[in-house]
Amino acid sequence: MTEEPIVRVRDLVKTYKTGFMALNGVSLDIRKGEIIALLGPNGAGKTTLISTICGIAVQTSGSVTVGGHDTRQDYRAARSLIGLVPQEISLEPFEKVVNTVRFSRGLFGLPPDDAYLDDLLRQLSLHDKRDQKVVTLSGGMKRRVLIAKALSHEPQVLFLDEPTAGVDVELRKDMWEIVARLRAAGTTIILTTHYIEEAEAIADRIAVINKGEILLVEDKTALMTRMGQKELRIELAEPVDAIPESLAPYGLDRAPDGRALLYRYESTGERTGITRLLNDIQAAGLHMSDLQTRQSSLEEIFVGLVTPGASGKAAE
Amino acid sequence: MNLNAVKAIYRYEMARFGRTLLQSFISPVISTSLYFVVFGAAIGSRIEEVDGVTYGAFIVPGLIMLSIMTQATTNASFAIYFPKFIGTIYEQLSAPVNFLEITLGYVGAAATKALFIGVVILLTAALFVDLQIQNWPAMMAFMVLTCISFSLLGFIIGIWASNFEQLQLIPLLVITPLVFLGGSFYSVSMLPPVWQTITLFNPVIYLISGFRWSFFGMSDVPVGLSLLAIAGFTLLCMYTIYWIFRTGWRLRQ
Repeated sequence: MTEEPIVRVRDLVKTYKTGFMALNGVSLDIRKGEIIALLGPNGAGKTTLISTICGIAVQTSGSVTVGGHDTRQDYRAARSLIGLVPQEISLEPFEKVVNTVRFSRGLFGLPPDDAYLDDLLRQLSLHDKRDQKVVTLSGGMKRRVLIAKALSHEPQVLFLDEPTAGVDVELRKDMWEIVARLRAAGTTIILTTHYIEEAEAIADRIAVINKGEILLVEDKTALMTRMGQKELRIELAEPVDAIPESLAPYGLDRAPDGRALLYRYESTGERTGITRLLNDIQAAGLHMSDLQTRQSSLEEIFVGLVTPGASGKAAE
Repeated sequence: MNLNAVKAIYRYEMARFGRTLLQSFISPVISTSLYFVVFGAAIGSRIEEVDGVTYGAFIVPGLIMLSIMTQATTNASFAIYFPKFIGTIYEQLSAPVNFLEITLGYVGAAATKALFIGVVILLTAALFVDLQIQNWPAMMAFMVLTCISFSLLGFIIGIWASNFEQLQLIPLLVITPLVFLGGSFYSVSMLPPVWQTITLFNPVIYLISGFRWSFFGMSDVPVGLSLLAIAGFTLLCMYTIYWIFRTGWRLRQ
C-alpha cells in the first residue's frame, strides 16, 4: 500500500461540552476505493467520528485529511470530495425529490447538471419519483433520496451512517447492492453499523470502535479466517492434572478444573485431526464423557473486544 | 466564492416562497387594507393633518416598515431554524461553504421576500391614499437596507432559537412593540417631552423617520443619523453572524 490514504485520521480527540469524550485519540487510514465498516455498539463514537471528518462537529485535537486536504485549513477542497448519508432520515417534507437533489449539488459548488442527476435517480430507482414530494415516499425511498443527495456532487468518498438501521431485510439487501455498485464505480465507502452481518457482507476491512477508541482494523478475510476456527471441547470423566505427553502435538488446552481438554482446528481444512486425537486420547487412558464443538464468530471476537471479560462468558 | 451554493440556497428558499405565494401575497394586502379602512378612513378623517400630510398618507411609511421588519425577521429566522429543526442542517454544515455564502443565500432570499411584500403594501396603499414620494432613490434604499438588516437579525434569531417558542419570542416581544412605539402611527413631536427623549433610545425610530423623510421630506431625527443607524445595525448583525460561524455557536457540536 504505497498509495496515499484517501482519508487520514490522526490522534482525533473530541470532547463534548458536557465533558463526554466521544473520541479518544482515533487514528485511521482509509484506502482509496475500499469499503470499510466501522463496527461498534451504540455510543461507541462512530457517528462522532463521521461528523468530525465531515465538518458537522469540530475536533478538540488531532487532524483529518481527505484527499490530502486538511478538513479545517482547507475545508473547501476536503468537503468537496465527501458525500454524507446521515443516520436519521432528515429531508424537507414538502420539497420535490429532484429539487432537493439539485439543491445538494449546488450547495457543494457544482453547476446544475440534470442529465447526471437523472442518471443518478435512475440508478437508485428513484426516477419515477423525481417529481413527487418527499413526504409521499416510503421510508426506504427516503433513504435512497438521502443517498442521491450525497452523491449529487460526485464525491469520491461516501459516508453511510447506519444505512440499514431499522430497515427491513429486503431493503437491506437492496442497500448492499447499491453499495457494491458504488464501489465498482470507484467510490470509497465508509459505513458505520452495529450489525456484524452487515460488515461481513459488504466490507473489505473492518474497524472495531468502542468508547471512542479503535480496537482493531483488519481485512475482513483475515477476520473470517479467525472465524473459521473451531474449538472442540472434550469433557473428561475423571479430571486430569496435566495433559499427557503423548497428546502434546495437538496443542491442547486444559480447562482450569482439569475436567476438559480444548482442541482448536480449522473447520475448513481437509484434515481436522479429530479422529486421530480421539484415538490418542483413548490410548492415553482418558475417559471422555462428552464432546462439544463451537465456532468463534465475528460477533464473539467483537464482543470479546468491546467488553473486557466477556470473552470468557461467551465460551460457556 | 462558491456562487453555485449561494444560488442553490437562494433558489431553494424562493421556491418555498413560491409555494406559499398566495398566502404571502394576500395576507399583507388584506391587513394593509384593514389599517387604511380603520386608521385612514374611519379614524383618520377625525385626526388633523400631521405636518401638512393627511393621516392616512402619514401612516404609510410606518405600515410598510412594520410589515417588512416582521416579515424579514420571521422569514430569515424560519429559513435557518427549519433545517435545524428537521435535521437537514447537516448538509449545510458539511458543505464547502463559508459564512458569507450561507448568509447571502438565506438572507438574500428572506430580504427579497420582505421587499416584495413591502412593494405590495406600497401599491395597496396607493389605492387608498394619494401618495407622494419626494425621494424615490432614498425610499428604495431605506426599504432595501431595512429588509437586509432585519433579515440578518432574523437569521441570528433562527440560529439562536432552540424551539418554536423562542423563534416567535423576539419578533413578538421586541420588534412589534419597538415598531409600534417607533412612530409608525404618530410623529414623535406629538409625544410629551419625557417620552420624546425615551423614544430616541428606540432604534426603530431612526428607520421609520428616515423612511418617512423620503416620502414627505420631514423627519423626527436627521436623515444622516437614520442612515448611520441602519448601517451600524447591519454591520453589527454581520459581525455577529461571522462570529457564530467562526465559533460554531449553536450550529456545530
